[in-house]
Amino acid sequence: MGAAALIADADVRPPGTGVLGRLRATGPAGLASAGVIVIAMFAALFGSLLAPYSPVLTNLSLAWVGPVGGHLLGFDGQGRDVLSRLLAGATTSMLGPLAVVILAMTAGALLAVVAAWRRGAADAVISSGLDILFAFPGILLAVLAAAVFGAGLLAAAIALAVAYTPYVARVLRGAALKERGQPYVAALEVQGVSAPGICLRHLVPNMLPLIIAQATIMFGWAMVDLAAISFLGLGVQPPNPDWGVMIAENQTGIQQGYPLPALAAGICIVVVVVAFNVLGERLFAEVDR
Amino acid sequence: MLGRFLARRLAMLLASLLVASFVIFAALYAAPGNPVAALSGGRSLPAASLAVLEQRYHLNDPFFVQYWYWLSGALHGNLGISITLRENVSTLIASRIWTTAGLVAYASVLIVIFGIGLGVLSGLRRGLVDTGTLLLTAISAAIPGFVAAIVLILVFAVDLGWFPALGNGTGFVGNLQHLTLPAVALAISSLAIVARVTRAAVRTESGREHVQTAVSRGIPARLLIRRHVLRNAAIPITTITGITIASLIALDAVIETAFSLNGLGAYLVQAAESKDLAVVQGISLVLVTAFVVVNLIVDLLYAVLDPRVTLGSRAQ
Amino acid sequence: MTGPGPAPGPAAGPESGTLLEVDHLTVRLRVEGRSRPVLRDVSLRIGPGEAVGLVGESGSGKSMTARAIGRLLPEGAAAEGAIRFQGGDVAALTGSDLRRYRSQVAMIFQDPRAHINPVRRIGDFMTEALRTNLGVRPAEAARRAVEMLAQVGIEDGERRLRQYPHQLSGGLLQRVMIAAALLTGPRLLLADEPTTALDVTTQAEVMAILDDLRRELHLGMLFITHDLELAAAICDRTAVMYAGQIVEVRASARLHDDPLHPYTAALAAARPDITRVAPRLRAIPGRPLSAFEAPDGQCAFAPRCAYAQDACRETAPGMAELDGGLSRCLRASELRGKLAEPEAADA
Repeated sequence: MGAAALIADADVRPPGTGVLGRLRATGPAGLASAGVIVIAMFAALFGSLLAPYSPVLTNLSLAWVGPVGGHLLGFDGQGRDVLSRLLAGATTSMLGPLAVVILAMTAGALLAVVAAWRRGAADAVISSGLDILFAFPGILLAVLAAAVFGAGLLAAAIALAVAYTPYVARVLRGAALKERGQPYVAALEVQGVSAPGICLRHLVPNMLPLIIAQATIMFGWAMVDLAAISFLGLGVQPPNPDWGVMIAENQTGIQQGYPLPALAAGICIVVVVVAFNVLGERLFAEVDR
Repeated sequence: MLGRFLARRLAMLLASLLVASFVIFAALYAAPGNPVAALSGGRSLPAASLAVLEQRYHLNDPFFVQYWYWLSGALHGNLGISITLRENVSTLIASRIWTTAGLVAYASVLIVIFGIGLGVLSGLRRGLVDTGTLLLTAISAAIPGFVAAIVLILVFAVDLGWFPALGNGTGFVGNLQHLTLPAVALAISSLAIVARVTRAAVRTESGREHVQTAVSRGIPARLLIRRHVLRNAAIPITTITGITIASLIALDAVIETAFSLNGLGAYLVQAAESKDLAVVQGISLVLVTAFVVVNLIVDLLYAVLDPRVTLGSRAQ
Repeated sequence: MTGPGPAPGPAAGPESGTLLEVDHLTVRLRVEGRSRPVLRDVSLRIGPGEAVGLVGESGSGKSMTARAIGRLLPEGAAAEGAIRFQGGDVAALTGSDLRRYRSQVAMIFQDPRAHINPVRRIGDFMTEALRTNLGVRPAEAARRAVEMLAQVGIEDGERRLRQYPHQLSGGLLQRVMIAAALLTGPRLLLADEPTTALDVTTQAEVMAILDDLRRELHLGMLFITHDLELAAAICDRTAVMYAGQIVEVRASARLHDDPLHPYTAALAAARPDITRVAPRLRAIPGRPLSAFEAPDGQCAFAPRCAYAQDACRETAPGMAELDGGLSRCLRASELRGKLAEPEAADA
């Protein structure tokens, strides 16, 4: 008991306040990850403007030419500047997952809060409904959507969001139930504050650290799954640049001894996903404390 | 108590499958245009073929009757006809399912042996092994299968020439050789996740008070680890391993495509590209069933391993 | 300190001879890279069949003392001083000697729910040490377990052995823990707040069973509690701990009415006593210190002590014998007789 008390005593740090405080609490690895994410987001928003060359202009005489002056990463199989394609491709590669996460988190949080608020029958219906929906892995649903609506980023993103929603709802429902049981909720109810008012102004804000941690982890999954779907040819369509598309179209280069274009896109995905995973894990650890 | 738990899980499984099959069937109607257009993938078909389709899908009957005919057909192994290949979907699936099953089984073995092994090792000892494993798994957990695929092909097929880059191979040894790189690519991120969760579980269980009780009674370290640490950690380890193995079933489409393997997943993708809806429906049904069954097995193992489980679903 | 050899005799109660001796034990733990003391110069002696109480607030080091005796110190702990069991150095034990020691010194933990493996059967838990370390066959081990369960008042032992911990109440589980502790035939029990986690009604039952069996089997016991009166009722002698130090050791019967240390007196006064009508309870001012917070070169209790003088803040008192007891107070003999009446406290 003595040791535990000691360690517990020594471990008390003031909890992070605000976004910056919470970030700082994730330590150097968390901060570095956040830095990577900020850079990737910047590329997603301004990548097309930053790209030194056209990301889609082909020039077959430059096919598979390696790095030369002004073209840091060389050219792909159709003679397009790889760096420009990477920068321009950040847009769909980053904003696609962002859309998935926003959709899934919103729907999941809504279901979770409704289930926790109404409890009883509504909770039972929502919870078992979610358990049943667990049957559909994200990629499978996206492939089905592509078969029905045609290949494209939108259908894939919506399909993934639908597949992730039960998971989000499950995680958040527990937290929402706990929050629902807090004395302050009953106090607000007694004062006549409306249920949506309490949920929006108190319940959800108090769950925000968990929601942010979950969204961060989920961004990584969405990025991998969406890139996979684009890799399969069912998401973003060539010649539009996207990191998943770039791996697919440069796969032939691997066997021919020109691995750089495919590898560069792969490395972009891995680095960003590692950043989201590490930051997400840290944020979860902060929530659990 | 265990019986009731089992019955509940079985009912859930059937409900899941029913909903999944319904979604898969309803895809016909969700598609733009009419079901015939969806089934034909927008191709113009001769009148005779249209008649066959209408009859096969009972397109003149009410929606739920159609669904019922389709579902009972599926239960009897009749999954319709591929528009592009003009062959029975069941036959097409049967000829490809073993590649997929082999690939998933191979990857699962890798996950169980190396994922759990690495996790236990780094969970039990601190220091270099542990730090190395943590770093390695943090990165490999973020490597998508298709990225792993190009790196593996580059290093082991193109540069070193140890394994073939693409295709299926013949004979058991040939198959194994051709499936090795795909299995590694399929397993790698799941393996890392299993290793991390295993490590955390072993750490948590080593720190339990009841382990201290066993120490205080002089139980030798070897038995202590087996009976009290690993035995208890087996519960979360089994759960995460099962869940990740189930998820391989969906990821398999990506790996088969990357390695040009002739399995269900690659075929599913081709069918989706060519809008061969009957094939997409058939394969989706098979894959979803496999996914749900693996998840059920996980739940049952969980109940067997943890005597505290009586009802409810597995802990998160 | 060692008495004139073990005195044989079936009679329960204190006697001369030493079962366990803790000799100037200091333990440091590494916390955040720094070495911090959790026990400071702890000395204690338990005779065969003698029950010694160890009383103190949370963090005073009483559990850590039991852990040190049970060789359960956390990783990275550094101990100075010696612990001797039946004359042998406990720190030097390894292999089968250590296992034999552990079957001789049994621990009873505070929270049976946490201290019994939840996924193994009660039977596995009870007989594990017998089967593993003493080579008893499973059937025989189970028979002994059922017998021992009957002794702690659990009649349907055979059924209980097949059950899992979550199927038993906390009180039953603590009896199982006691029975399991007694199965290997120990000579010394280390009971770390064995009833704190239980309901009040169950507490008395479990306490009575523990006390009866201990006397019957003539076992030594170190009884750890934060409850001075309980310790006094159960134990022959009681040691009081504060900030990682023992501040008083005294025959339990005299502890309450004739304490030798102001802290003991304050502890007694802070507890409601139905046999006495006190105007109100006196809380001890200030907050209990951990051992590592205690300042060097002065009495650790001085900042909270109503009797502290300048000398108390300038010298660290040692243990001094007084009227058959031991006290770590500079003013012990001077304050003799005044402590039990806190009203007389001179500020």
